[in-house]
Amino acid sequence: MKLIRLSELLLGQSAILKEIKINGLQRRRLLDFGFIKDSEIQVAQRSPLGDPTAYWIKGALIALRKEETDNIFVEVNQNAKGQLYE
Amino acid sequence: MQKANYMSNTCAIPNNIAQSREQVFQINLSKTHHEYVIALAGNPNTGKSTIFNALTGLNQHTGNWPGKTVKRMEGKFRFHDRHYRLIDLPGTYSLLSTSTDEEIARNFVLFGKPDVTVVVVDSTCLERNLNLVLQIAQITNNVILCCNLIDEAKRKSISINQQSLEHDLGLPVVLTSARNGDGLDDLKKSIEEIITGQIRPQPFAISYPDELKEPVETLVSSLRELFPTLPNPAWVAMRLLDGDQKIKESLDSAELLPTLLNNDSSLATESHHLPSPSNPSVNTIFKTADHLSRSVQPVMHDLFVESLFLDAQRITRRAVTKKTGIRIWDNSLDHLLTSRIFGIPAMVILLSIVFFLTIEGANIPSQILADWLFQIEGLLDHTFNYLNAPWWLTGFLAHGVYRGLAWVISVMLPPMAIFFPIFTFLEDFGYLPRVAFNLDRLFKWSGAHGKQALAMGMGFGCNAAGVIATRIIDSPRERLIAIITNNFVPCNGRWPTLIMLASLFVAAAFPSALSSVAAASTIVFITLFGVLVTLLVSKFLSTRTSLRGESSFFQIELPPYRRPQFLRIIYTSLIDRTLLVLWRAIVMAAPAGGLCWLLANIYVGQYSLFAHAANFLQPMGQAIGLDGVILLAYIIAIPANEIIVPTIIMGYMAAGQMTELDSDFELKQLFVQNGWSVMTAVSLMLFSLLHYPCSTTTMTIWKETKSVKWTVVSNLLPLSIAFAVCFIVAQTWPLLF
Repeated sequence: MKLIRLSELLLGQSAILKEIKINGLQRRRLLDFGFIKDSEIQVAQRSPLGDPTAYWIKGALIALRKEETDNIFVEVNQNAKGQLYE
Repeated sequence: MQKANYMSNTCAIPNNIAQSREQVFQINLSKTHHEYVIALAGNPNTGKSTIFNALTGLNQHTGNWPGKTVKRMEGKFRFHDRHYRLIDLPGTYSLLSTSTDEEIARNFVLFGKPDVTVVVVDSTCLERNLNLVLQIAQITNNVILCCNLIDEAKRKSISINQQSLEHDLGLPVVLTSARNGDGLDDLKKSIEEIITGQIRPQPFAISYPDELKEPVETLVSSLRELFPTLPNPAWVAMRLLDGDQKIKESLDSAELLPTLLNNDSSLATESHHLPSPSNPSVNTIFKTADHLSRSVQPVMHDLFVESLFLDAQRITRRAVTKKTGIRIWDNSLDHLLTSRIFGIPAMVILLSIVFFLTIEGANIPSQILADWLFQIEGLLDHTFNYLNAPWWLTGFLAHGVYRGLAWVISVMLPPMAIFFPIFTFLEDFGYLPRVAFNLDRLFKWSGAHGKQALAMGMGFGCNAAGVIATRIIDSPRERLIAIITNNFVPCNGRWPTLIMLASLFVAAAFPSALSSVAAASTIVFITLFGVLVTLLVSKFLSTRTSLRGESSFFQIELPPYRRPQFLRIIYTSLIDRTLLVLWRAIVMAAPAGGLCWLLANIYVGQYSLFAHAANFLQPMGQAIGLDGVILLAYIIAIPANEIIVPTIIMGYMAAGQMTELDSDFELKQLFVQNGWSVMTAVSLMLFSLLHYPCSTTTMTIWKETKSVKWTVVSNLLPLSIAFAVCFIVAQTWPLLF
């Protein structure tokens, strides 16, 4: 499957997290929030000004800026309905 | 329930673990011999503070962590004739990163050695929360897992199998819904069972990734050799491999060693015989660690956290079942409050409602309080006269010091007592992180952090509280920007001036049907102007000064909306915020009142000092559309902005004390007689919005930054902006109108 940037995912779409090309403290925080390889992630809500965007991951809603989601790579999950519906 | 898995019947640990420890290093906990120390850890937004409040009731107090500006909550409770001291650790997602909060939480569990550590988790989000549980269980055995918000989980058709969790984690597990008081007795019972040794948890040992096994083992054997009693060498080895500077410091300092090592007091007293600072063997371990970590470092943290999450995932899968086909995300509120179309308008409307409730709600209590306090001034006056006190003593104490104090309290206390609970309500409800989410793009543009919006929100109540609230911003650069610019949101002490000017001068320029709308719009406009200045100054600071830098990352959790807890709100906003601000009024406003009286009553030649000073400031005042009396009032009111208007009136009437007029009509007449126009009012509103922080805020800035330079900048920068803006208004106004 082709990897795309998390920022390219459309609202409501869900995907499987594959790679985080971010280092340092920022990466650690992402890991703490549960941004672990092979986790399911879904786009939940965009800020009124278009950025940041909130994502569902591991049952929590986490907001990230585009600079970060540009460097997170995911595989689109065609079948899964995501966490909105279980 | 079968507890055999982690329970030992030998009861080898006597019930006097607490007594055996003479002191708790670094944490400065002076404890009595019969108190057990319980630490409360957990992710943010798990209802940890609800558990804390439910256990301790009103029996709690706040302080700071030693050497840190982080608030520390502590409380006491009794259960079955045992006394417990409960320490609320800062909410953290992990103990592995490097924030101050995480360091505090980790150091307390490690060096403070609580008798029991309760980890509170959100039952609806167990998998991610288990990450922290597993980390804490690596440091200490005496851990209880408290699955809170179990009611919310039920609503979302999530059920948790307690036995399975206990079995897999090797820890006692209690299910609670602290908000409804459910499960708290089970929690206390579990605490007691660990204290008495009826239960001895044997936490599940996390599986280290293969790549790390060898380096960890190498370090563990050297650590064992040097510190034979170290309770958790594998954990320390992991931290060393991760290049954790704090752990190195702790190992290197003899001061901390005993607490690291001992499980009984005899070792603690022998601390002198332990390896001394910079002991060669300690250094050898560090060198080995550095060497080993070079080979694993880039992937080490990932590997470790991933393996933690795999464990967490495995355990959760066995213990948690969700009914399928049910829509669990019922947060349609977010479609409104953070939506593209309604998000920002909803925010402005909410803000306006908060202002409206604060201003309108405060009117009557303010009046009652003022009447009552000024009656006391009359009584004071009579008493002094009766005792034949000299006139200057009566004047200074009753009409100066006391009047200043009474004024500030009656103007300030009611709006504070309304504003802060409403603000805490929004905080509890979960709305505030959404404000940061909504506005982050603007702050990113200005090189700052979206969380700055929260500190600004707090600043509407009190700028000193706003400056303290900037602690939630991790990056020191972004935090300094937030501190310096907090002054540009008008606080409760400035509202009355703004409202009075808006209604006396701006609203009066409109037909009466529109006047109240005009006044309200003026206030909203001034507020938005303050926000604009904040963004521009932040942009300036992050592009042109030594605070230069790109905006760092923004990662924020948006917790589910939750029903706020009214009693807790009232309690915390009273204790934390209103009383703090009230205290400031007493130490700051009273001297200002005294000074004001002295200036007005000491005469040099024909005029009072006040008049001389006002005359001196007159040209400068006029250049910026104001006058000498107003500028002087601003100088006197540095400690408390609330006394601006009474001081101005005093100056115009050449009265000997701060004065208020009975009607708005008289007030306006007095101002107009002294040359005020709509321009004066506009300049004054802008000056009031921009000028400089009050002395309490300045002191808070100094305390938070520990830097004279930034404290001075926080005063001079706003002052120059205020002068520049008012100068431009004063010079262009006549050309326009």
